[in-house]
This record gives sequence, structure tokens and C-alpha cells, in this order.
Amino acid sequence: MIYLDNSATTRQFDEVTQYMAEIAGAYFGNPSSMHLAGVDAEKIVRDSRETIAGILKADPKEIVFTSGGTESDNLAIAGCAYANRRKGSHIITSRIEHPAVLETVRHLESEGFKVTYLDVAKDGRVDPGSLREALCSDTILVSVMHVNNEIGSVNDIEALSGIVRSYDPSILFHTDAVQSFGKLDVLPKKMGVDLVSVSAHKIHGPKGVGFLYVKNGTKINPILFGGGQQNGLRSGTENVPGIAGLALASKLSCGSLGEKSQKLFEQKSYFVQELLKLPEVTVNGLTGEKNADNSPSAAGTAPHIISASFAGVRAEVLLHALEAKEIYVSSGSACSSNRPAKSATLTAIGLDEKLLTSTLRFSMSQETTREEIDATLTVLNDELPKLRRYQRR
Amino acid sequence: MKYSTFLIKYAEIAIKGKNRYVFEDALMHRMKLVLKRVPGDFAVTKTQGRVYVDCSGQYDTDEVIGALLTVFGINAICPVVKVPYESFDDLKRDVVKYVDEEYPDKNKTFKVFARRANKSFPVRSTDMNADLGGAILDAFPQMKVDVHDPEIMLNVEVREDIFIYSRQITGPGGMPIGTNGKAMLLLSGGIDSPVAGYMVAKRGVKIDAVYFHAPPYTSERAKQKVVDLAKQVAKYTGTICLHVINFTDIQLAIYDTCPHDELTIIMRRYMMRIAEHIAKENDCLGLITGESIGQVASQTIQSLAVTNEVCTLPVFRPLIGFDKQEIITVSEKIGTFETSILPFEDCCTIFVAKHPVTRPNAKVIRRSEEKLYGTIEALVEKAIETDEVINVI
Repeated sequence: MIYLDNSATTRQFDEVTQYMAEIAGAYFGNPSSMHLAGVDAEKIVRDSRETIAGILKADPKEIVFTSGGTESDNLAIAGCAYANRRKGSHIITSRIEHPAVLETVRHLESEGFKVTYLDVAKDGRVDPGSLREALCSDTILVSVMHVNNEIGSVNDIEALSGIVRSYDPSILFHTDAVQSFGKLDVLPKKMGVDLVSVSAHKIHGPKGVGFLYVKNGTKINPILFGGGQQNGLRSGTENVPGIAGLALASKLSCGSLGEKSQKLFEQKSYFVQELLKLPEVTVNGLTGEKNADNSPSAAGTAPHIISASFAGVRAEVLLHALEAKEIYVSSGSACSSNRPAKSATLTAIGLDEKLLTSTLRFSMSQETTREEIDATLTVLNDELPKLRRYQRR
Repeated sequence: MKYSTFLIKYAEIAIKGKNRYVFEDALMHRMKLVLKRVPGDFAVTKTQGRVYVDCSGQYDTDEVIGALLTVFGINAICPVVKVPYESFDDLKRDVVKYVDEEYPDKNKTFKVFARRANKSFPVRSTDMNADLGGAILDAFPQMKVDVHDPEIMLNVEVREDIFIYSRQITGPGGMPIGTNGKAMLLLSGGIDSPVAGYMVAKRGVKIDAVYFHAPPYTSERAKQKVVDLAKQVAKYTGTICLHVINFTDIQLAIYDTCPHDELTIIMRRYMMRIAEHIAKENDCLGLITGESIGQVASQTIQSLAVTNEVCTLPVFRPLIGFDKQEIITVSEKIGTFETSILPFEDCCTIFVAKHPVTRPNAKVIRRSEEKLYGTIEALVEKAIETDEVINVI
């Protein structure tokens, strides 16, 4: 199996699986219990919190464990919007956010909040100038993702948050770092953000767990109510083995990150180059090729995501042709003859209408090898002419 | 008062003369099968030409009725309250209580219809009618007797216990599965074919099914959708033996060789041929399709004639005179609609021409098909070999 769908989810590291099994067996206590079993479980949660805070160069108190990226995004956006309602009701986000962000702001819109959706350039990045224009005295929150999940474009969060700070330092800034954590440096203080969402299963951790970084002093309300765990911000008994797995996966993914992402980036550059050699194939967003020093941080594109369009081939068909060779990728947008669902991101970057349904996403992980990329290219090279021959006329 | 027995009414079986027992046994067999999946203990018995379900243990009346409504051959289900006979005064009290609980609105006309299966019972039927009717009138002065066209027909039957019932729930009708041989359903992922299978099964015909898939043009999920549809139909028909045939190569050969506007019609001819082959191998006596005159290009009367000529088995088209909305109404009733409209590509639509022939001429089609001779035979044989059999329960 060649797994190139790591932006959907990743294979859980074996160490993580084993560690979680150990924790689940030995530390089954409720972290809120008064007795020793509870205290021991609480210690696991506390250690995990410290591990993650260490990676983020943050205070452990700033880490809130959640059920994953979606809950983190919901908590950040809805929680801040409600808590700051008296101050204002304007939220700014971009058109290429993950549905966990877009649907949350849409819900708030239905409750009377005003939302500005920032356009992106063809490279899939938010233009700092348009953010400056969108800010107003009523703005309370800006949410812009770090790395886009469909085309891998990287927003310059530091620059964007700088604009917000100089306009009004009390406006909160949230970034969805689900696709960037473990691939690029995610340092909230350096990025100048108040809230950061992360999910465990995108970094070889377990599904159903993640965290939200909430800068000390941030005005935020809970969205789940109950026993008042995690300082009342996220009620519910902590998912102890999940949190332990998240911490270990974070440690493994973020250890010697620079080196790993450099390798990943070189891998991607090679993949992009070879893809572009195939007839009628285009790569969407920045390809990183013009970047002189070949460095992931300066490229404006993530080191693991490639969005490629194959003119004249239906993405779904190509996906299944690859699937038949046990190569797993995902299609930018699901489409069928009777109900086309267009990708918001691909539409936002102005992709040719005809290519919207001909676009695949290849997403790699640190486990992806050069051999796997070569094998995928060979299959593409074989299948594309066949598939192009048989089209709906 | 809880329903502890259900009286099952069946209509057509009663006219089947000397093989009546075959039909009754098939009915009871099917009833026992569906009740096995419902929590509770049930005894299905036949006494004096009537079928009863006696319930005991923990059971839910609605679940029992729901299960019985999937049994073809049942015309009506009467929920019965069973009371032991102690004295006639007790019976009067029970009947009054029954009416009180069953009909909160007392502004109704009624008639008591008493019968004695147990002739040793001391009160004669006509006297029971009068006395029980009187007791009801005493208790509820708003109620009126109407012996010709009562709103409530209150049946009181004296057996070992006394059965009181007045409501009847209309069943699916038809004849018990397995009393009319077996036929092969051409099942696609659409709205029509599951309904067609249901309609023929309703006449007592056991159903097998064949599905043509075309990877990579159709996905595993499209296949799963068909399995899900078969599962829903199987609730009524019992186990369906689903044959999955890989049709891709035949389709591509037709695409390569024949005029494009004839593709669908020629494809359907090959589907019919393969379906007939599998049908004969599996002792099916006919084919079933969901075709309806004029619905699409391949279902004009000319197209149907051209498709039909390749088979020798009778082809049953129970929806032939149905409008789309009528078909949808049945599919909603039998619970296949929601699955049918899931947007997955099926093999009939992937290569469909913009303007397919609507009045094909058999001679022209045969001549086009001749171009396939020499290669198609091996492809058909290969396709039949791909037959993957899924027992859908």
C-alpha cells in the first residue's frame, strides 16, 4: 500500500499505539478523582500538557485538550465570539478555511455576527492588504489557517497578526494549524496569535483528540458545559490515553523538525517536478520551484501537500485507478454526474472550471519514500493515456 | 391493556384450493424468520384457518407490527387483547375497559361482533352482542350503535381465552415469498430497480440480483450502495444472492468499436445476456428490470424491444406503466429512496452520449454489434468469471 493521503489522516505510530494501550490499562482512573488512581491519571494529563507546551514554547496552562481539530476550531471561534460580543460582532476569516471554521462562522452569522471572507490570491494565500482593509472598530476575531488542507499554501501568520496588532491589539487572532503542526514550526508567541487548533491524527496520533492553544488572558467562553474540567473551558472527563498518545505523537513528529521538513520538502519538489513532466498536468498553488534556497519556511507552500490537476480525466476515476494499484490519494472535490460538489478552495484560487473535477491531492508524511513516489508516477504515466482515451463524449 | 396476540389476515391464499397449505406454510415460515430478529418470544400458529402470533416475554408492539409488515401475503394485522374468561360480568368490564383505552374520543359509532369458537361457552353470540353493546352504551353515553356501517367494529371471539380486537393495520398484501419460483433482478444503484424487485417479490417470487460495476469508473462505495439497497429489499424478500460482475472491459470494447450514440443500448444488451446466463445457472425463471416506458433514451418502446430480443427468458418489468413520482412513492415506502439518491456514479451513466439513439433499429444495432465479434465473446466469458457472490441478508 502506498498511502499518499496523509492530510486526511495518518498511520498511527506503533510507539503511540503501544503507549496508549499501556496508559489505558494502567491509568484508568478519572483525573478528577480524589484517590491515587485519579492522581496518577491526572499526572499523565499534566505531563502531556507540559510536553506539548514545551513544543509550542508556551505555558502548560495555555493548552486545552479537545476531541480534535473540529472541536478546537469551534471552541476558539464560537467561544471567543460569545465572550467578546459586547465589544463587537465582526469576524474576519478566509474563503479557504476548513469547514470546521467556515461552518462555525456561518452559524454565528445566522445569530447576527457579521463575517468578512477574505479572498485569496492564485497561490492560495491571504493578501495582508485585504486583511488591513477588512478590519474595523467592530472586529473582535480574525481566523486564518496556517496551511491550507487542499493545496498546501502557507499563510504568513506572523505578518497577518502583525497587521491586526497594529490596528487594535485587543482583536483576537486564531489560526487552524491542523495541517502545519508537525510539518512547520508552530510557535504561537512568535506567530503573534491567541489561539491555535491542532489535531492528533494528522501527526500519526490517535483519532478523536487534539488541543487548542489559548493564550493566557484570552477572553473565551466554553461551548461544552458540565463538570468544569480544564479550568471550566472544556468540561468532560479527559481522554487520558488519547491525550498521552497526542503528546507522544507530537514529540515524535516535532523532534528534529527542521531536518525532517527539509527532507519532506525535497521529496515534494522532486514529486512536483516529475508530475509536471507528464503531459497536461498542472500543479496548483505555489510549487516551491522558484525558491532559491529550497527551504520549506520560505516557500509559501507546505512540504507535504501537492494539488495537481489532470486535464481530461475525472479525478474520481483516476483516484480509483490508483486505488486499484493500492495507491491511496484524495480528490479535491467529490463529483458525480448527477451532483457535482465543487471545492471552495479550488474555486477560490480561480482554478479553471474544467479542472475542478480533475484535481487530486497527494499528501505525504515523513514515512513516504522516494520509491513510493516513483511507483506512483509510473502508475500515473500508465493510466493517464488510457483514461484520457475513454471519456464521456 | 397490552396486545398479546396478533391475528393475521391473508386474502389470496384462501383461494388457492388444495395447495393452500403450501402458501400458509410459506407465510408462517417467513413470519417466524422476521420475528426472530425482534426482541421477545413469539409463537406463530395456525388454528381453524387463521394464523396467530402469540407474544410473550419483553416485546414492543410497534416492533412486532413493523416486522410483520415486511411479510408478503399478510393483508392485515389485527392487534388483539386477550383476556381470560372468568365470568360474563368480568368480560363486560374488560370490553368497556378496552374501548375506553383504545378510543380516547368516544364520539363514535360501533357494533359488537361476537363469535364462539368454543360452543360450550354459556352465552350465545347474539346475546353477547346485545349485552356487551349495552354495557358499552351504559359506560359511554356518547357512543352510538350502528350495525350497518360502524366506525368501530368490535370483535369479541371466544376461544380458550377471549380475544378482543377492533383495529386492523393494512399489510403489504401479495403472496408469501418462495411460492412462485425465483427471478433475477438487474439491480443498479438507482431508484427504480429496487422497487421493481420489491414488486415482483410481492407476488411470491424469490429474488436473486446482479449488479454490473465498472472499476475504476465506479467506486467501491457505489458497490456498497448497491449492497445496502439489496439489504433493504431483502427485509421483504429474504436473503438476496447478489452477483457482482466486472463490466469495465466490455464497456470499453463497445466504446472503442461501436457508434457512440448506440453505446448505452448495446451495453444493455450485453448486460441482459450476462444476466440471463447467470439467471439460468441459478435456476431463475425470469429477469426483472426497473424499466418504465419512455423514462430515458434506453427505455423508449423501440429501445426496450431491441434490448429484449437478446433474451429467451421472460423479462418482468413491473414498473412499465409507472410515472417517476409513483416509483418514488413506493421507494420511499419500502425505505430504498434515501440510499438510491446517494450521488455515486453507476456504470450506465459514465460514458453516456450527449444524444443517445432514442429509436434504435434492431438491424442497425445488430450490425454495430457484429464489429465486436471475435473479441467480445472472450470478454463476456471473462466478465462472467468475475462473478462475486454476496449473500445479502
